[in-house]
Amino acid sequence: MKYPKKDLIQPMSGSRWQHIWSGFVGDKLAVMALIIFAFYCIVALLAPLVAPYDVKDPAFMDLMNAEIAPMWISGDPRFLFGTDAQGRDLLSVILYGTRLSLTIGLCAVLIQATLGICIGLAAGYLGGRIDNFLMRCADIQLSFSNMMVAIVFLAIFQSLFGVAMYQQLAMVMLILVIGLTEWPLFARTIRASVLAERQKEYVDAARVMGLSSKRIMFRHILPNTLSPVLVIFTVQIANAIVAEAALSFLGLGMPATEPSLGSLISAGFAYMFAGSWWICVLPSMTLIILILVMNLLGDWLRDHLNPRTYKD
Amino acid sequence: MPTPLIQISGLEKAFPTNESWLGQWRFQHGKLKRRKDSVHALNGVNLTINQGETLCVVGETGCGKSTLARVIMGLTQPSAGEIHYLDQRIDQLNNRQRMVFRRRMQMVFQNPYASLNPRMTVYQTLSEPISFHNPQLSTSQVDEQIDALLESVGISASSSDRYPHEFSGGQRQRISLARALSVEPDFIVADEPLSALDVSVQAQVLNLMMDKQEERNLSYLFITHDLAVVEHFATRVAVMYLGRVCELAPTRTLFSAPKHPYTKALLSAIPRLDTNTAQPIRLIGEVPTPINKPVGCVFQARCPYANQRCYEQSPAMMMQGDASSVACHAIEEGRL
Amino acid sequence: MNLLSVSNLHVNFHMKERELAALIDVSFTLNRGERIAIVGESGAGKSVLGFSIVNLIGKPGYIHSGSIKLEDKELTSMNARQLQAIRGKRIAMIFQDPMMTLNPVLTIGDQLVEAIRNHTKISYKDARSIAIEKLHHVQIASPEKRFDQYPHELSGGMRQRVIIASVLLLNPDIIIADEPTTALDVTIQAEILQLLLAICRDNGVALVLISHDLGVVSKVAERTLVMYAGQIVEEGPTLEIINDPQHPYTQGLLNALPQMTLPGQRLNQIQGSMPSLAERPSGCAFHPRCPYATQKCKQQQPDFIYSGVSSVACFLVEDMLNEFADHDQEAQ
Repeated sequence: MKYPKKDLIQPMSGSRWQHIWSGFVGDKLAVMALIIFAFYCIVALLAPLVAPYDVKDPAFMDLMNAEIAPMWISGDPRFLFGTDAQGRDLLSVILYGTRLSLTIGLCAVLIQATLGICIGLAAGYLGGRIDNFLMRCADIQLSFSNMMVAIVFLAIFQSLFGVAMYQQLAMVMLILVIGLTEWPLFARTIRASVLAERQKEYVDAARVMGLSSKRIMFRHILPNTLSPVLVIFTVQIANAIVAEAALSFLGLGMPATEPSLGSLISAGFAYMFAGSWWICVLPSMTLIILILVMNLLGDWLRDHLNPRTYKD
Repeated sequence: MPTPLIQISGLEKAFPTNESWLGQWRFQHGKLKRRKDSVHALNGVNLTINQGETLCVVGETGCGKSTLARVIMGLTQPSAGEIHYLDQRIDQLNNRQRMVFRRRMQMVFQNPYASLNPRMTVYQTLSEPISFHNPQLSTSQVDEQIDALLESVGISASSSDRYPHEFSGGQRQRISLARALSVEPDFIVADEPLSALDVSVQAQVLNLMMDKQEERNLSYLFITHDLAVVEHFATRVAVMYLGRVCELAPTRTLFSAPKHPYTKALLSAIPRLDTNTAQPIRLIGEVPTPINKPVGCVFQARCPYANQRCYEQSPAMMMQGDASSVACHAIEEGRL
Repeated sequence: MNLLSVSNLHVNFHMKERELAALIDVSFTLNRGERIAIVGESGAGKSVLGFSIVNLIGKPGYIHSGSIKLEDKELTSMNARQLQAIRGKRIAMIFQDPMMTLNPVLTIGDQLVEAIRNHTKISYKDARSIAIEKLHHVQIASPEKRFDQYPHELSGGMRQRVIIASVLLLNPDIIIADEPTTALDVTIQAEILQLLLAICRDNGVALVLISHDLGVVSKVAERTLVMYAGQIVEEGPTLEIINDPQHPYTQGLLNALPQMTLPGQRLNQIQGSMPSLAERPSGCAFHPRCPYATQKCKQQQPDFIYSGVSSVACFLVEDMLNEFADHDQEAQ
């Protein structure tokens, strides 16, 4: 060997994720948000174990117990958060509802992200006419209000296949509708970062090596564009949950037999001024805290994954 | 005379100016006309690169030297002209056909901070081309090659699991060179590989490149604006101006007896350490942007010796007595 | 009295975990009309020094201790308003990238006129004629036309000329030029350097040229300071430093230049690279890369010593001088 061992250059130290993690631990608000979010996720996952009542049990609904106030008001030890108009234990219903809402949000955003990433990568890397075509599609998609598309689509589906069929497929339909309407956000973000990355010399270096476009796109460019995606991902889950809640509130979401947070709020709204405020307010609070926490996490990620703050 | 490794003839490249389809229409004499403007980066470049030599291309910003590198490497398609590798034409190949030549020709880039993928470790960066071009190799053979390669460019093999940002600029440029060498090429295009580095580190990288040339009988096309490096490193030098080669000469000849008025101005402008150098020759104006294909000599607008013929007719490369060739009417006519 | 005197300047960067020293005990003086150069590689702290002279170092950097005196006025203790009056009027700065100083949405003329009227009370018309005169002064062809153009319509060299014109507007005493020609081509670099030199000579302006290019420095500066890792390691007349460098780093830097070796030979390289602020070695900061480093260099920081050619901070030179002195004594 031409070079003696001791002369070889050792790299400088320091790791990106370590840096980000140490920044995270120092930020109390972010840690708190993460803890609350983790709590939501665990509780939602373990809903069947944690919930005091089984929602699928026919005995669960008992009109005799309808509209009992939360424990700290009524003093009834059976129902911590009281019961709703059908006599269901509100705590159990909220737990299952959170689980549904989170599932719908996550799945919908997974669809959005997959579609958006593929389209954005293709548009940004291939450029030219493909780029023009795909981006005009995105513009058209964005020019429709997502809510409007969802409402029209779900309403048509309901009237075509009947309410019974709809209630069976409600969750899948919601995921598809929310998932398919919001891809342009991902596509545009990815495309913008791909355009920036494509100028960099490592992409030219990969081309000079003779690697295929597909490999360059997914192996070289994609990993470098993922930080903004991660940020949108968290924020979009929150948005998807809100969209689902809104649709459910309008009566186009989950059926009352299998309520999500949105349909709970919607159902409870009627009793709001009849004195049974908790049926509406408690699920609302759950939803608001969940969305707030997710947005906090998204903001934190945006601030700290920004490559400009971490100079290499 | 042996066949040159690379032969470039009449190479042209025009980039359309970035105007949308709607912006290309304009009113002229009461008629709506569509007009496409383009920037002519290369206007007929003829060069040969011999085996084992270093051809330096020098010129100022916008003279088309980087475009030349990209066209040779097949990163951009030329508008006209031919490129031959030994005796095969390579400028019209598609990706698959080009694959054979990818192994023979490699490139080192200018910016050490952008030329390595930030999300890939040094090991990944190097193993990808090796296993891509040699699918028959086993993992341990690839590992062996990477270790040898890294140590040969002076990077400790134990640091191959690190990411590029953990290395300094000079170290990254070494890794870039290792990547280019990983497929065992015999021709390397280096596009300003030193310009982002400090003087002391420049010397390290330049030494490394010279060592590798000796070891592997590499040929370099070395693109730079730093004439001090050229003087030290080059076998022959091509001076480019506005997409054309205006003087091509062996290094010593060029530096001792520059002929083209532009070369003279360029050489006089280098800030040298000795204090008794002559005043730099002042050129009139600045480098124009070649929106229209130039008529006549490309240097006419700034040349102190330009006459009517220079405005009308483009000068051809003329072989001179001392093995240099110059494209200049004034020299041809004996005015200079 | 010196026009500018910097003494024992320490500049720190306040990072999350700890304080990093960017400048350590930097002292130098500048006389009226003198042209000095600060040379070093990237990370040597030369730009930080330029910025701290006008107290422009942004967060997280701050002046930890030391003094910067413009004639008899202490700059480190001035408030923002007093500094504002000094900057531009008495000390002007030229940056590597002219677009850092030029506002892309205002015409060249508007920016020049604004700069004049900020510091002196004159009419727009008078200010305009001064501005055009200065544009003419920096050899810009048809200044009336350029006056109404936007920065992006000019080439890089032209923009740098505009910057020089804007600097001249208020007749400053000192111009600090931070890599003014690095972004330019060689032929234009030569012109800008000549212009800068002529202007300083004609108007008696002192120049602090910050550069990494020893060739550029040798053309312009009378005196040179060589910086390494936040410290000045050698100071002396430019010619002497180039012809007879004392500090091993200066020697290495000069020997690494391609023109110092015969064509085709291996260049003389300095091993390794400049340490980052966080990884400053103990003792003399250059010792890990120094071919002559001894145990002493690893432990102690060398003091400045006049070698007969230049002032150097190096034990090697110190030992050599002591040896000579001993010899002399023995001879006597």
